[in-house]
Amino acid sequence: MKVSLNVNGRTREAEVEPRKTLLDTLREDLSLVGSHAGCEHGVCGACTILLDGEPVRSCLMFAAQADGYAITTIEGLAPAPGELSVLQDAFCETHGMQCGYCTPGMILAAQALLQRVTEPSREDIVDAISGNICRCTGYGQIVEAIELAAERLRQVNMPRSSANADNAPAAPHGDRS
Amino acid sequence: MKPAPFEYVRPGSIAEACELLAADEDARVISGGQTLVPMLAMRLARPARLVDIYRLPELNGIRIDGDVLAIGATTRQVQVERSAAAQQALPLLARALPWVGHPPTRNRGTVGGSVAHADPSAEIPLVAVTLAAEIEITNPDGVSTMPADDFFIGPMLTAVMPGDCVTAVRFPIWRHARVGTGFHEVSARQSDFAFVAAAAQIALDDNGQCIEAALGIGGVGDRAVRLDVSGLIGGRPDKTAIVELVRDASQVLEATSDLHASADYRMRVAVTLGVRALEDAFRDAQGGAQ
Repeated sequence: MKVSLNVNGRTREAEVEPRKTLLDTLREDLSLVGSHAGCEHGVCGACTILLDGEPVRSCLMFAAQADGYAITTIEGLAPAPGELSVLQDAFCETHGMQCGYCTPGMILAAQALLQRVTEPSREDIVDAISGNICRCTGYGQIVEAIELAAERLRQVNMPRSSANADNAPAAPHGDRS
Repeated sequence: MKPAPFEYVRPGSIAEACELLAADEDARVISGGQTLVPMLAMRLARPARLVDIYRLPELNGIRIDGDVLAIGATTRQVQVERSAAAQQALPLLARALPWVGHPPTRNRGTVGGSVAHADPSAEIPLVAVTLAAEIEITNPDGVSTMPADDFFIGPMLTAVMPGDCVTAVRFPIWRHARVGTGFHEVSARQSDFAFVAAAAQIALDDNGQCIEAALGIGGVGDRAVRLDVSGLIGGRPDKTAIVELVRDASQVLEATSDLHASADYRMRVAVTLGVRALEDAFRDAQGGAQ
């Protein structure tokens, strides 16, 4: 059957079997291989995408069900080719990854959290990524990356004078203190 | 592709959905897919046809209907979690929802889907049994309701017949001034399948006497079970009395053993969590800190 999907702001069409998951369609038909196939039954979170801005498992839905939503994959986060989003940059800076397999899912789960909550507590962050498994045991730095990104996004949204007053915006690759 | 081949249809109305389901015994409802799709991936289920009801507008919504909070079957778990009306009217469900899967599965998983699949460790069926909710079922003959206690039969097994579709869950609202709730769960990891879960709701009168009490235990056996805690009513029980009552009431539980937990362990934990849930509910109703 033919499906028409809105992925990262573009309309893409694919000819798929009804049993083809959205994950497989993104990877195989649309060449968006940033969404990773891990357990393929909803446990690991590596395939997380955003559906109308909310994180969902792309292995737990079929491409046939995905028409009409705004789908965001990890490829859709960076503002321009060769650049990184604030969150992606924070993950690099704090070493919030090791093998990188869980990273796209972690970043998208965190992206949805930061869209909704500007000052997330540690508990909010842990809850938001609780459905994403990292087998390199990198959770500590992942949480740190999300805290750093939240802080930077808050400062971006502040008038420059108050942001500079007592807490200068962290430099992109500088010291955090 | 991991699932066996199937045909996918998206009916335009609930009547059409029921006709499709009645016409083909190998047809199955799909909604959020958070339980069904893993079963398809592992080929534990091999339906010939999936009838997708997820986008039927009449099945989505939270509505207060007298002393009942009716939640449409395809209402996503996250919608209930974020609904002020649901939190206020159904504090026990609000307390249990954060234990249901993870945020990404609650974004797509539905209330009706959780009920229709009847996983013995699932939290929404546990709350439905604890509060004696009614399950609304629609089929080509019309709409009927069934008490949750009759609806749930065993693991992944309900009273749903071919042609039936769960269309809403109707939770009774306790209108007393002082209502308290408690919820506890033990699992291998946060939000993983519960080995044991306990849900309690208590109402007190102005003098602090218990006027209504409910306790349910999930995860222990084939299905969630409501325990008889009517002995609490009319009194102000202390911890010893609660322990004794829960220990007696839990005799009706039939615990299963598996790789994760023995039947003995489940029984012990059921009593412990049942007591904790009730104690929390009493404290909550008294207005104290949890």
